[in-house]
Amino acid sequence: MRRLIYFAPLGLFLVAAIYFAQGLSRDPGYMPSMLIDRPAPVFDLPPIEGYTEGFSSEDLKGEVSLLNIFGSWCVSCNVEHPVLLAIKAEGIAPIYGLDWKDPPGKGAEWLARKGDPYTKVGDDADGRIAIEFGVTGAPETFVIDAAGRVRHKHIGPISPQVWRDVLRPMVLDLKKDEVGA
Amino acid sequence: MVAELGQLALLFALAAALHQSVFPMLGAHVGDQRLMAGGRASALAQAAFVALAFALLTVAHATSDFSVRNVVENSHTAKPFIYKLTGVWGNHEGSMVLWALILAGYGAAVALARGGVTPLRARTLAVQGMLAAAFLAFIIFTSNPFARLFPAPAEGQDLNPLLQDPGLIIHPPCLYLGYVGFSIAFAYAAAGLIGGRIDQAWAKEVRPFALLAWSFMTIGIALGAWWAYYELGWGGFWAWDPVENASFMPWLAGTALIHSIRVTEVRGAFRAWTALLALLAFSMSLVGTFLVRSGVLTSVHAFAVDPARGVFILGILALSVGGGLTLFAVRAPAMSSDAKFAAISREGGLFTNNLLLVAACATVFIGTFYPLFAEAVSGEKLSVGAPYFNLAFTPFVFISLLMIGPAAALAWKQGRLARDAHLFIAPALAGLVAAGTAFWLAAPKSTVAALGVALAVFTIGGVVRDLARRVRPLEAGALARFVGLPRSSLAMTCAHVGLAIVVLGVIGAGVWRSETVAYAQPGETVTLGRYDVVLSRVAETQGPNYISQGALFEVRKNDRTLREVLAERRFYPARGMATTEAGVWSTIRGDIYLTVGEPDPARGWVVRAWERPLAGWMWAGGAMMALGGLIGIAPARRRSSLAAHAPASGSTSGPAPAPAE
Amino acid sequence: MKKFLASIATVGALAAVAFAANPDDRLADPELEARAQAVGRELRCVVCQSQSIEDSDAPLAQDLRRLVRERISAGDTDREALDYIAARYGDYVLLRPPVRGSTFLLWAAPAGLLMLAAGAAVVFLRGRGGTPAAEAAADHQLTEEERARLAELEERAGGA
Repeated sequence: MRRLIYFAPLGLFLVAAIYFAQGLSRDPGYMPSMLIDRPAPVFDLPPIEGYTEGFSSEDLKGEVSLLNIFGSWCVSCNVEHPVLLAIKAEGIAPIYGLDWKDPPGKGAEWLARKGDPYTKVGDDADGRIAIEFGVTGAPETFVIDAAGRVRHKHIGPISPQVWRDVLRPMVLDLKKDEVGA
Repeated sequence: MVAELGQLALLFALAAALHQSVFPMLGAHVGDQRLMAGGRASALAQAAFVALAFALLTVAHATSDFSVRNVVENSHTAKPFIYKLTGVWGNHEGSMVLWALILAGYGAAVALARGGVTPLRARTLAVQGMLAAAFLAFIIFTSNPFARLFPAPAEGQDLNPLLQDPGLIIHPPCLYLGYVGFSIAFAYAAAGLIGGRIDQAWAKEVRPFALLAWSFMTIGIALGAWWAYYELGWGGFWAWDPVENASFMPWLAGTALIHSIRVTEVRGAFRAWTALLALLAFSMSLVGTFLVRSGVLTSVHAFAVDPARGVFILGILALSVGGGLTLFAVRAPAMSSDAKFAAISREGGLFTNNLLLVAACATVFIGTFYPLFAEAVSGEKLSVGAPYFNLAFTPFVFISLLMIGPAAALAWKQGRLARDAHLFIAPALAGLVAAGTAFWLAAPKSTVAALGVALAVFTIGGVVRDLARRVRPLEAGALARFVGLPRSSLAMTCAHVGLAIVVLGVIGAGVWRSETVAYAQPGETVTLGRYDVVLSRVAETQGPNYISQGALFEVRKNDRTLREVLAERRFYPARGMATTEAGVWSTIRGDIYLTVGEPDPARGWVVRAWERPLAGWMWAGGAMMALGGLIGIAPARRRSSLAAHAPASGSTSGPAPAPAE
Repeated sequence: MKKFLASIATVGALAAVAFAANPDDRLADPELEARAQAVGRELRCVVCQSQSIEDSDAPLAQDLRRLVRERISAGDTDREALDYIAARYGDYVLLRPPVRGSTFLLWAAPAGLLMLAAGAAVVFLRGRGGTPAAEAAADHQLTEEERARLAELEERAGGA
């Protein structure tokens, strides 16, 4: 018994080492969304400059949709942009855009230059609504079901693979539910 | 050519390390002096080859050789020369070479120690060789600093501007001298356990290394805090970030070690315990390395993360720590000693101190890794930050401060708390008065801060009172008695007073700070408590690789200018990054800390001004602690008497007379 | 100390150093401002990962600072303001994790370890021999031999 206590440090270390090993396969920076399976926050955003229509939480109800957080200042949004245009062309779900913390006019200019993948765009100039969504950076994309509930959050640009393997199947699934309901 | 030679040097160093890890161990086992001495040759060869690799990497950096990827990613032709040199360790790969260099350097120190390669040293060299081989392999296989880039770009990406700072020139080497220095204690502990001998001679041989490592680590941590304080622009100095904790845990374990090893050296007691702490201190260094370089926890400091590196370091961690602790489990039970001492004695005090430090270290460990545990067990994402650590750690600091004075005054073997209690009446009163004054004068009012002040003053008072008892400053021959004090007494006094001073500085700068933020145009005044801070002018200047916006302030009080202070914002175009160079006016009473921010065309510059009382005490106290450690290493100049060391050492006939001068 | 120890680090995420303050964001009432700062120091800046929002210059941290002040001005208690943010970003933003089942070990650790240390000290030192009652026991005094050895050690080495 007395000898056993000398094994205690080794035992404690082994326990810690197992957790260390597990920790290696995790992304410590990943933050899950608090909104999963909950209704999207209520909001009513004004239009961006040059647009007549804003965008509100009501728009998210009735159809499976994607909500994309972007900004003209956001480098990765440039990378993601062609994928969004392709998704729009495919036409299986509307994409709504939340223009996050852009100086007046910049978002509209960016869309005019590069093409506008969004069904509606709202101007979140002070970033208040992005906080309601728990946004930490741009781009981020939420998959929203027909009832207006958030079902998934994708952090970072949507790559063609992510769309093909993750988001697209999810959207199609949700649409099936919608038809069935 | 330079890069290829460097690569080759690393490979030769690895070969030497492998030789070193096998033959001296074998030699010690079979008692072959030649094999043991072979360990010396391989340790020296290893050190020479790593030094060559380090020198070649330095050449690549100094000459801006952009065919080397490491140089491209961390240098720029316009970078000041000194930062071209320090840029060598301003990145993952280069810092690992520095790590290996220090590891090899310590190994060489053991190989060259007077008295030749004893079996203990042979085994130590072998263990050191294994560690070196592991890290050299890590460098060669996952973190090659000599990788080429083809075609070579015309210009580099520059070093992170935050790292282009005088603080960075010596901070990492100091920290690594500490981190890696504990490897020697680890190797000696493993060697002692293998050889079945952890005794007074062992402790005597290890203690200077442990003290050296601890002192450098203290300097390294203090420098880091200082750098953060003036460079990051809001005067923070310790944020309990995982990477900061990574350096704090080995420091706490090392602090326990340097206390425990003293008992083993003087009394032959705590043999297994000291061995365990020696293993623990370096284990914590390795855990810290794993934490910083694997990316298991988010930290602002984390190196670019590569999963292969994390796996490799975890492997090194598992083999070395697992191996060391297995040795401990198997061999330590035989290391008992029959040294007798009373519960109330220097030994008892040091043992309690050790338990406290280990508990404190475990608390930091649990707090640091809890997010990892929680996620693995319940899938929750949690953060454990400064609010938790401040709450959890403060009791350990306070209890330590309460104990230091009385425990350090105890005699070996048998102390007399009751008889010596009167010594601490004056310090206790001084503590209470200081706490009352602080509570009355300082804002914001904080009971915890007042309690901290009481304990810190009590510690200083107690330590000084104990010193006075030995020196008897008012009687003839005081100077001679002071000079004649054993080094250990001076070391201890210096370090303990330093600790209390650090605590006072942390309370002042962390709790009693006050702040003003305002817009100011040149000529306008910002009020900071009793001071008026006038923004005199703002000018843009061109630095070697940055553009600086400098704001000159006048700090005034009662319409008298006390001091001019320059605060800067620097923009480094190569990385597109801005840094803040705070303007700090330091006095013994505290700092006036000024930063300048973005201008607003209509209203002027954002000026942020702090008063941070006693901030400088943190650096002074840290320096005193490190100095204490270094004093402890220095050989004594003269014979000292036991009486001077511990007059109350139990002799009923009273203190022995001081030696004749 | 933030960011330094491993300062050696390649600090991509560090771009946002510097100016975590804007005079316009401050509340006029010093008491409310002090509360807002205290709340802000409890909240992790999620983009910088390891600083509080009070210490960070990241735009999101600035937005959150404003939001905290909005809530405090609107009459939220400190707890309510913290919960408001945590409801959006998760417990991950709380630098002081909430006390509950899964954090029991964390919160019990410091006191538990202190008691463990105290217990170990008592058990070990008791078992070791002398108690204060035995204070006068002669065998606890240093022998002459030990005394000489100690003096010799101190002379040669000195130390902690």
